[in-house]
Amino acid sequence: MSESVAQSAIAKEPLPGDLAIWFVIMAEMLVFGVFFIVYVFVRSNNVELFNEYQLELHRIGGVINTIALITSSYFVAMGVYAIRKGDVQRTGNMLLLALLMGAIFVGVKIWEYSHVFGAGIHLSTNTFYTFYISLTFFHFMHVILGMVILAVIYSFLRKGKYTAEAHMDIETGASYWHMVDLLWVVLFPLVYIIR
Amino acid sequence: MQYQSQSVAKLYFIAAIGLFLGQILFGTVIGAQYIWGDFLFPAIPFNVARMVHTNLLIVWLLFGFMGAAYYLIPEESETELFSPMLAILMFWIFLAAGAATILAYLLVPYATLAEITMNDLLPTMGREFLEQPTITKIGIVVVALSFLFNIGMTMLKGRKTVISMIMFLGLVGLAVFFLFSFVNPHNLIEDKFWWWWVVHLWVEGVWELIMGAMLAFVLIKTTGVDREIIEKWLYVIIAMSLITGLIGMGHHYYWIGTPEYWQWWGSIFSAMEPIPFFMMVLYTFNMVNQRRREHPNKVALLWAQGTAVMAFLGAGVWGFIHTLAPVNYYTHGTQVTAAHGHMAFYGAYVMIVLAMISYAMPLLRGRVANSNKAQVVEMWSFWLMTIAMVFITLFLTAAGVLQVWLQRYTDAPMGFMAVQDKLEIFYMMREIAGIIFLIGLGTYIYSFFVGGEEEATA
Repeated sequence: MSESVAQSAIAKEPLPGDLAIWFVIMAEMLVFGVFFIVYVFVRSNNVELFNEYQLELHRIGGVINTIALITSSYFVAMGVYAIRKGDVQRTGNMLLLALLMGAIFVGVKIWEYSHVFGAGIHLSTNTFYTFYISLTFFHFMHVILGMVILAVIYSFLRKGKYTAEAHMDIETGASYWHMVDLLWVVLFPLVYIIR
Repeated sequence: MQYQSQSVAKLYFIAAIGLFLGQILFGTVIGAQYIWGDFLFPAIPFNVARMVHTNLLIVWLLFGFMGAAYYLIPEESETELFSPMLAILMFWIFLAAGAATILAYLLVPYATLAEITMNDLLPTMGREFLEQPTITKIGIVVVALSFLFNIGMTMLKGRKTVISMIMFLGLVGLAVFFLFSFVNPHNLIEDKFWWWWVVHLWVEGVWELIMGAMLAFVLIKTTGVDREIIEKWLYVIIAMSLITGLIGMGHHYYWIGTPEYWQWWGSIFSAMEPIPFFMMVLYTFNMVNQRRREHPNKVALLWAQGTAVMAFLGAGVWGFIHTLAPVNYYTHGTQVTAAHGHMAFYGAYVMIVLAMISYAMPLLRGRVANSNKAQVVEMWSFWLMTIAMVFITLFLTAAGVLQVWLQRYTDAPMGFMAVQDKLEIFYMMREIAGIIFLIGLGTYIYSFFVGGEEEATA
């Protein structure tokens, strides 16, 4: 079992996980995609305002979170790889590490929000903050949901539900988690960096 | 019919159709009042007739949903209903309470009704669609809880399927969100805010679950396509409806005094609302193309396909037309809204209930499908009602566009009533389409009494 087996599995099955999750992923990406486009459009009409308030955001926190989510996605991918080889123990460890990285994201985000909301900023402060809070909070909710999914999968794994042959749920959860990661990879530069 | 207790559905379906007839009769009365303002005045004033029209719609659809659940849940759970007696008892209570409320609207001035029913103790009356006296609202909650208990217990003792779970979830949501009708703050903005938790979260939220489950049920039965395939589609459509529909509620919060961010949230999320309806069209036609059997009940399938198409047009397209905040700024509360409301309710909810009745009623009467002759009559009623509704929608849309043009999108705006006079031609044509709809409904009712050789016996 190795590269060749994994590759043939990929060749047979172009979409990992349950087909239904891919419809959900497409739907989610569509909603976020529209949100991103609207953000860009509104930003281009309020460049000065957005430039000014963008500087108030904590970029280092954003960088830490980017690293956390990408690393988390890596662990999830390794978990899928491990279960394909039937290594349940390693899959479990990888899922736990992924959850830990997710928890770091959540912790940093809560810290960031506590500063923002602590400064009396809210959804109606100005257009920039309307978008900053809306976009990051919707994404934040997806991180939480993704973590719940991974945690449920972990508990099923511990109960011995998955094998090298039957582990569709893990691939399904992993696909969703990668989407959460991907959205952040677009969201972070768009809202925090690009000027 | 596989289970004896499913027969309680018949009572609910008959009541639903009877109340539907009442709704449409009052619809034609209000339609006439748009042309001749004092038509039937003072016996039936416009505000009363409108209240009866909208309340009857909700009540008969609820009868339809409950009847559908009493038919669908035992069959999906593969067991008899927990308590047919309770279902029959609740039927009569609900029918009596509903009839008494409607009669009270017609016979007693609304303010007097509020007094008699002691609205002061817990004021909930006087709000559009939630006009029912508080005591009726409490009755609705009791009926809903007994109903949920009954079907919940049935599900517990039997097989659990995706369809029955989604149907149940939708019905629980229906009951839960109705509780917001008891939230009635003095502040008008807060009042409207919570009012939408009933109105929007019903029709653009939990009712879509009920509709999805019913559509899936009828499709499984009439096409013979694998349950797994249909369930997967159902999941996706429901997920998409909820993602877009829940926050899409923002499209009602544009101008009622809520913060500006609702304009962004409402526009972005509700702009996506047509997508699940479009997916529903693809899925329905896909399932019909992949069908593994030729079910003798052709007309049930016609209703199911009609639901998908008309829901997409009425809820999806006609909703999208005025959902974006910059457009809604001009169209809010005009006849464009009325156009959307008519076709969306007909396409999404009237047609799905009729699809369910069309599928279940012959079985409840001891045959797989009605005679060919009866089905042809019912198909006539399908086309009469559907085409009439398309025209009602088109005429109201035309009236709405003209209304926006003369009253709002202009440098020299005309007054509301002056504009209404200019719209008369469209109101006339709408009324004619409405009468054709009524004829269609008459044809539909007649189809139940058409004999002919039965297709097969159950």
